[in-house]
Amino acid sequence: MATETLTLGKALNTGLRRALENDPKVVIMGEDVGKLGGVFRITDGLQKDFGDQRVIDTPLAESGIIGTAVGLAIRGYRPVCEIQFDGFVYPAYDQIVSQVAKMHYRSQGKVRIPMVIRIPFGGGIGAVEHHSESPEAYFAHTAGLKVVSCANPQDAYSMIQQAIASDDPIVFLEPKRRYWEKGPVELDAPLDAAYPLHSARVVRPGADATVLAYGPMVRTCLDAATAAAEDGRELEVIDLRTLSPLDLGTAYESVKRTGRCVVVHEAPGNLGLGSEIAARITEECFYSLESPVLRVTGFDTPYPASRVEEEYLPDLDRVLDAVDRTFGW
Amino acid sequence: MAKGDPGVTSRGRRAAPRSRKGATGDPQLVQLLTADGERIESATGPDGTEYRVDFTDEEYRGLYRDLVLVRKLDAEATALQRQGELGLWASLLGQEAAQVGSGRALRTQDMAFPTYREHGVLYCRGIDPIMPLGLFRGVDQGGWDPNEFKFNMYTIVIGAQTLHATGYAMGVHMDGKTGTEDGEAVIAYFGDGATSQGDVNEAFVWASVFNAPLVFFCQNNQYAISEPLERQTRVPLYQRAGGFGFPGVRVDGNDVLASYAVTRHALDNARLGQGPSLIEAYTYRMGAHTTSDDPTRYRIASEVEAWQAKDPIARMKAFLEKQQIADADFFAAVDEQARTESVHLRERVLDMPNPEPVTMFDHVYPNGSPELDEQRAQFSRYMESFEGSAH
Repeated sequence: MATETLTLGKALNTGLRRALENDPKVVIMGEDVGKLGGVFRITDGLQKDFGDQRVIDTPLAESGIIGTAVGLAIRGYRPVCEIQFDGFVYPAYDQIVSQVAKMHYRSQGKVRIPMVIRIPFGGGIGAVEHHSESPEAYFAHTAGLKVVSCANPQDAYSMIQQAIASDDPIVFLEPKRRYWEKGPVELDAPLDAAYPLHSARVVRPGADATVLAYGPMVRTCLDAATAAAEDGRELEVIDLRTLSPLDLGTAYESVKRTGRCVVVHEAPGNLGLGSEIAARITEECFYSLESPVLRVTGFDTPYPASRVEEEYLPDLDRVLDAVDRTFGW
Repeated sequence: MAKGDPGVTSRGRRAAPRSRKGATGDPQLVQLLTADGERIESATGPDGTEYRVDFTDEEYRGLYRDLVLVRKLDAEATALQRQGELGLWASLLGQEAAQVGSGRALRTQDMAFPTYREHGVLYCRGIDPIMPLGLFRGVDQGGWDPNEFKFNMYTIVIGAQTLHATGYAMGVHMDGKTGTEDGEAVIAYFGDGATSQGDVNEAFVWASVFNAPLVFFCQNNQYAISEPLERQTRVPLYQRAGGFGFPGVRVDGNDVLASYAVTRHALDNARLGQGPSLIEAYTYRMGAHTTSDDPTRYRIASEVEAWQAKDPIARMKAFLEKQQIADADFFAAVDEQARTESVHLRERVLDMPNPEPVTMFDHVYPNGSPELDEQRAQFSRYMESFEGSAH
């Protein structure tokens, strides 16, 4: 079995290539996805090999990208739309929420919109405003959409293909600051054998406290767990992977063992994913909890100027601080 | 009228068109039947295209029958709303000719993307008029299969469907279904208010640069609920097409013949691979925006009366009578058919069952959701807890 070391970005690129090879109805569309290969090069080389009818450079209009993709889906295509940056998805918000999400429901199952909306999300790259946001809660709140995020190259490679193969409309959040991080990827493993798309996974076992994260924060939490272990405290880190629907069975089982839980995300805390997760864990694990579920999140400010983003973003120390607080309750 | 291929000739540019100016005195308006029922041999569009139709008597009678039937069914739906049987109705009153003309111009393989008012187009597609009434009664959300009927679901968010039509048309192009006389074309319906929407302008850009086989069919009924056309535009709407790089034409939307001719011409251009175009069907919404609206608050009676004199059905009837294409027996038979169909429609609306509450959980996702399954189970247990109770 061919295992290669790839960056997360190259793993996505390779997964997209596989999807284009495997299904002639798959089309990629977005701004600069053609010759340029996307501003992050995730579609690098694909237009050259599959042509400009399969990898489509679109006009600069996000609502147009999603709205025309809806029409292509009704026609029988499987559009994979790239939104260039998280902060540019909002012009498409109406099409995503009112059209993409509701077509199957309104049609009583007669219309499927097998669309993937890829969004590089999150901060930590020193960007100007509108390039570092975490809009996942807006989409996870919308019935009819599924929302996933990959955190490592293997998942990037398999999850993008699973998302494209799924008939559900899926918002696919890519941790942009992790695009350049490397990891092993099994390129020949059949998609059927890949870890299920809408399932959380324990990425580091531990008995003392449970830490839940997704996307870019998984790496941060793993680093925190390494540091905690040096102090003799074993954190169990769970990569949620799927944000809508949430798959919290793994988390419930973990929290019932550890009695402590910290949820970590870059997005602002107020009404973020962490709020919903904390509520559900409290309902399911009430008698096992030694402390309230705590959240480590971005603050309830607009994403700040990049010279202070290190202080805005949850980091290893803030995660460990929260873990400490669960022990001091 | 046969749905196959009624005769029309659009002979393209001619050096010396024999057209007459529209009887409205508007040289921009393509018209083939005046408000008084006078036939005009041909009319010339702004780009020199000459429009004419060549219908048989049977086809003329068929168009009249369509107009009467869609008006009657529409009136029945309005009555059903007034009696509490529909939650809402968006009447097409006054716009029958624009809808029947364009709807009959579609070929079997063509795809339509309606707003929520295209009941006349739906009828001309051969679709059971009961189909959209579930939406307005509140027993479903208008869920039909667009590909089965070549008629997309109604779209209520203004202008959103123009992008869907554009994407669909791009797909037609990518499928290699353009460039021949039996190619496929797509039509996107929208109103004058929608022309201010970003989505519609984006659709214009996309259709243009991708040369999509698409006809943008704007029914300019002069009002977006209460807001008059002047609040949407400073230029005639059809002229906007020029800025996007494709042809635009304004047609008398109360003239079923001209509406047919310009639409058929535009569709055929699209299917032949010549790209998109914009039709502005100049018409008037004789009734309210919807049954929740009160148009007396924002428009004057004399304006409505002036448009009443341009009624699409009256002029067609006058034409048929003058030309002795139809007699009193025919008109009586059409009225009787309309009455019978509307009674039948009413009976079936009243028979529409309410959905079971638990069905609200159906079809949220093609592949389902464990979270939603759990909510459904909780809801079912909750509902069952009332069984046998007086409440």
